[in-house]
Amino acid sequence: MNFWEHITTFFSAENYTLFVVSIGSGILCFAAGVVGTFTYLRKRALIGDVISHSVLPGVTIAFMLTGVKNPVYFLLGAISSGLLSIWIVDYVQAKSKLKPDTILALTLSVFFGVGIVLLTKIQHSGNAAQSGLDSFLFGKAASMGMLDVQLFSVIAVVNVLCIWFFLRGFSLVSFDENYAKGLGFNVSFLKSFLALITVVTVAIGVQAVGVVLMAALLITPAAGARFLTNSISRMLLYAGAFGFLSGVVGVVISYSGTGMPTGPWIVVVLSVFALLAILFGKKKGVLARMRLRNANNIKINNENVLKDVYKIAKDGKNTISINDLVDQEKYAIAKLKSILKRLENDNHLDQIRGLIILSDKGRLAAREVIRKHRLWEIYLSKYFQLDADHLHDDAEGIEHVITPEIEKELIRLLERPETDPHHSKIPY
Amino acid sequence: MNDFYIIFTASLVAINCALMGSFLVMRKMVMIGDAISHAVLPGIFVAYWVSGSTASLPMLIGAALSGIFATLMIEWFTKKARLQSDAAIGISYTLLFAIGIILISKFGANADLDQQCVLYGEIEYVSLWLQPILGGLMLPKQAIILLVVCILLTVAVIWGYKGLFITTFDPNFALSTGVAVTFWHYFLMTGVSLTTVVSFESVGAILVIAFLSGPPAIAYLLTENFKKMILFACAIGILSSAAGYYAAKWLDVSVAGAISSVIGIVFVIVFVFTNVVKSKARVISA
Repeated sequence: MNFWEHITTFFSAENYTLFVVSIGSGILCFAAGVVGTFTYLRKRALIGDVISHSVLPGVTIAFMLTGVKNPVYFLLGAISSGLLSIWIVDYVQAKSKLKPDTILALTLSVFFGVGIVLLTKIQHSGNAAQSGLDSFLFGKAASMGMLDVQLFSVIAVVNVLCIWFFLRGFSLVSFDENYAKGLGFNVSFLKSFLALITVVTVAIGVQAVGVVLMAALLITPAAGARFLTNSISRMLLYAGAFGFLSGVVGVVISYSGTGMPTGPWIVVVLSVFALLAILFGKKKGVLARMRLRNANNIKINNENVLKDVYKIAKDGKNTISINDLVDQEKYAIAKLKSILKRLENDNHLDQIRGLIILSDKGRLAAREVIRKHRLWEIYLSKYFQLDADHLHDDAEGIEHVITPEIEKELIRLLERPETDPHHSKIPY
Repeated sequence: MNDFYIIFTASLVAINCALMGSFLVMRKMVMIGDAISHAVLPGIFVAYWVSGSTASLPMLIGAALSGIFATLMIEWFTKKARLQSDAAIGISYTLLFAIGIILISKFGANADLDQQCVLYGEIEYVSLWLQPILGGLMLPKQAIILLVVCILLTVAVIWGYKGLFITTFDPNFALSTGVAVTFWHYFLMTGVSLTTVVSFESVGAILVIAFLSGPPAIAYLLTENFKKMILFACAIGILSSAAGYYAAKWLDVSVAGAISSVIGIVFVIVFVFTNVVKSKARVISA
């Protein structure tokens, strides 16, 4: 069956299971993505991993105490042990010299270990009703029912309402706890409340995708969203949308082959979304930053070469031999050639038979760079009391960054100086 | 004899993990160990697919390679994409684990590979694969591999102690004196990959993480001396293995789970004890 046939079958809702599972997974991933935004912003992305491993003992204890496979008891058990694990992480961190990563790893492995002990105890005691407990380990997205979808929807709605209501508080707590405290927010309440909705979401999600992959549902959408925006409400929106789409698409893909696991496909789709955002994000994406860096490098090289040409030419002359530049050995010849070519295209200079002739435009540009360089040197020596021999390197970098506004301000501040600390004239 | 085989195997894992874990704990990189232990799955599968067998050597190479791949991936996310490090770890290992499970459930039906064994191992059955070594002495196949790795790691740590130590405790000083920080980073990561890989088949990913983080953390609470810390960590790991095994036998539960639980109990005791001592010291000095 090809992909499009799938899509049509899917929307005709002929395949009821596929419909239920994909919508259910979508809603669950939406809920997790929204809550995960705050876990991500608080730099506690791995806490999701800890919680998902830590729900196991709670679930098994709930089963041992009640002896029945009641999802409500399971959920209560899962939530309590999840909350306990968060509390332990915070407590140990406050009371010992151990670093967070160690505490996270230790807490998750010990909780999970205890869970496994209890689980094997139940299995070996031959209680026939125990078979449902395994879904807490590896997830059972494929056997999702309408009841699960309703549960996920409730959680999603509750999450959205809570976040909508506490958006300001949650954002402040995520970025600057002390500032939030100063503004009179009840920080410990906000933190506990955030922890509670995170734990509830994880406890429910674990049953769908399993212990290991639950962490991805929290972190990956938020991480992708972070590369697309700086606004927290947009980030929430994007993370939720990423989550929902990945949930649906992941399920559809997993149903297109036999014996394909659902949870892992959701995670793969989520990761693809996040990777795309990380690569192609408009401002923060890897490519965007690479482009910016290249543009900067080009500007710096251009300005440096212009400056060199101007300095070599000296005394108001405009023409130098290309060999003079080569002799400086600042650039590889090929690179120098390409820089000169670029400057020629910008009408900053002309090249004729091994000579370089600076145009008026190039001359002005060179003087501007030199002026900025020298102004900055004066500024450093005046306001930072640096010695004359410490000024050059810093100015060499900053000369390319100073904007006309800053230059104006520098001139005003330094009262239009005539010479720099090395007694060179400043070209106005 | 079965008791001995199991405790011996677990202890070897404990020693390997203590050697690597002590450095990870001090470098704040334990969660990378966690990530590697999950990320080995696709490597194991690819090795199985290429070599067509579940023989140990190709599996080991495949897993070690994917462990190193995971570290590179995390590095790329943090350095090149400037993703915060916790998220970089989380995204990398979940993705690799997911890919591993997809590959295994699609193509690995007849291989002896499943996520159950990845998570909690099969240490109960180590004595099913006994192999004779010197002088008619029999050891489980797993234990022999672990022993080789243990010797390898011990030699590596002793040989590279200076470099590892300085890059762990004062990376800036190391960098300024021209120590190859990157080299030691990957040196350690290779060791960690090797450790997780050879360990997880016998004890499962969870116990590997418990061994990597628990005994070194407990030892760190007890001493400030790093060499002592490594030795303490080994000792705590071995004792927990023995105690955990007997507890598991007595209660008829999973050995790996029981050992993790024992590590947890030891941690709680030491944590409470050191905090009491600290607060007493405070009272006396006040």
